[in-house]
Amino acid sequence: MNEPRRSAALQDDSGGLPAFGLRDNSGELRSFPTARSALLCFVHEDCETSNLSMPLIERAHVEFGDMVDVWAIGQDDAAGTAKLVERHGLTVPVLDDSALLVSFEYDIETVPTVILADDDGYEVRRIVGFGRADWDHLFEDLGAIAGVSPPDIDWSEWPESRPGCGSLSVLPGTYERLVAQAERSPLRARRIEVGAGDDVMEFLFDQGLTDGLPVVPPTPERVLRMLEGTRRDPQEVVATVPPNMAPATIEKIAINAVMAGCRPEYLPVVVAAVEAMCTDEYNIHGVSATTMGASPVVVVNGPIRHRIGMNMGLGALGHGNRANATIGRAVRLVLRNIGGAKPGGTERSTLGNPMKYTLCFAEWEERSPWEPLHVERGFEAGDSVVTLFTATGGPNLIVDQTSRSAAQVAGSFGLVLEGVHHPRAHGMGDVVLVVCPEHLDTLWREGWTKEQVRACIQELTSRPARELLRDAVSGAGLPPDRVPEGGLDRPIPKFAGPEYIHLVVAGADAGKFSAVLEGWASGPRGSMPVSRKIEEVT
Amino acid sequence: MTTGLTQGMQGTVILDPTDEREPLRRQLTTRPEHIVGTVGLLDISKPRGNVLLDRLEERLRARLPGVELRRYAKLTFTKPAPDDLRRQIAEECQFVIEALAD
Repeated sequence: MNEPRRSAALQDDSGGLPAFGLRDNSGELRSFPTARSALLCFVHEDCETSNLSMPLIERAHVEFGDMVDVWAIGQDDAAGTAKLVERHGLTVPVLDDSALLVSFEYDIETVPTVILADDDGYEVRRIVGFGRADWDHLFEDLGAIAGVSPPDIDWSEWPESRPGCGSLSVLPGTYERLVAQAERSPLRARRIEVGAGDDVMEFLFDQGLTDGLPVVPPTPERVLRMLEGTRRDPQEVVATVPPNMAPATIEKIAINAVMAGCRPEYLPVVVAAVEAMCTDEYNIHGVSATTMGASPVVVVNGPIRHRIGMNMGLGALGHGNRANATIGRAVRLVLRNIGGAKPGGTERSTLGNPMKYTLCFAEWEERSPWEPLHVERGFEAGDSVVTLFTATGGPNLIVDQTSRSAAQVAGSFGLVLEGVHHPRAHGMGDVVLVVCPEHLDTLWREGWTKEQVRACIQELTSRPARELLRDAVSGAGLPPDRVPEGGLDRPIPKFAGPEYIHLVVAGADAGKFSAVLEGWASGPRGSMPVSRKIEEVT
Repeated sequence: MTTGLTQGMQGTVILDPTDEREPLRRQLTTRPEHIVGTVGLLDISKPRGNVLLDRLEERLRARLPGVELRRYAKLTFTKPAPDDLRRQIAEECQFVIEALAD
């Protein structure tokens, strides 16, 4: 996690402490700076160290109040303040900062925090928590300012030091609210006010902002928490999203990630996937517009899989894991909401497919003796990488529970792959073959490499062109009047080259069921797989 | 002081997840009485789109002898028309017919 974004500097541009005005417990408005020295004591009633310090704050007021403005700045509501006053018999003014705006502006993380300011409003001394030596020095300072001797206090009766309590202004939820309210808020997105009588979930449906399932309402607090997942500037434009060719800022992606149900630590994966999706090579415009019903498939490699708890084992391509489900969904919502790709608009799928809700999984690298996907694609093993494929169909199971040799398992892969799109569709582009651990074990027992598996598939699926011609059985296939180069006897493998067969290891230890994710048009006029390194945020 | 940013008297505030382009109700260009000038025929490179445009061109030449017909083609149907092509068509034509096929 990165350092939380601080919206308030300790000192303003002039170097002085921030100015403020608060009412005290008698209703009088107290404004800082006061043209005198001031002692600002941030406290709250339900804090032992604040209570420990209250008699000293009161004493400072009694001893030096004629020359120094001594104020307790209470984070409590009126009832809490009343308790504090009664408990300690206070005469010192207790200012009402129950809204926490001044605590926030002063970056108070701990109560009590006691700040001595000079008559120009500059900080002279600060005590965080309790320290008796600090208070001793503070009383000497106050005495010097007031021109009187400091009171005779037996410091041996006081503990040497006590840690303070967390300021209410940094409580989770409260802090994000205060940041969102501050003038320097990092949020720039248009704010939509949903009427008090309206159901926000229904509103989001009515506005066409969901994928058909409910979304988490993207409140400013949630979006700020989401932005804690990245170090990147919320206003950085990371991609241009078709079909609207709209700029995707980190903030806009974060809003959609909130809606999808992501946790902040998933955000860098979503951002990298959006970057990959919006490249010319990946061509998301074609992917979303095609009548074939194509959708991105997000595969994650590297250490981040473990850090964010992705599923790469049992049910990896299915439901039930938050990271898998929501990262894939966030990518889709970015496309829909920022890019404007909606069914019936530029999304023209004949049937559509459920991957258009989400499909994201991780490779089980540790289970596999093979080089993982991202290393094959040129990254370091220690990099976290997202790879986007395009799928129109699948996962289609390869059910083979009886093969006991590597060649048989690879043979089954080939037989099933023959059917991708259409048995007569040969010379095809990208396909993702998700190899399950049991099939992998059978292959590896004989030391088969990915290259051998690919070669076996290509060899097994090669058909003479004449077997792929259109005929009375089916009008799909090679046109009879267009004899392919090399003549009708030339064998044509299923895929244009072995490099189009992408092997990824995932799935449960038990079960001999691998799967195929069928691709779409490949190459520069279709969609090419694209990988992007994921920002490391530790 | 009221600090309810998201849950207050006014209801809930959410952030706009879209690109915030104003919802525009596009007006159709006024249809003229007569076809004059240049008609563009755009092939998006889908199979048989050219066949459709060939037939259209024949018919239009027969019916509108005074009108100039120009053919254009996108490199691929999978990607949006390049800016230059869109500009060229807008500059050269008063009408455009696009063959979408499928």
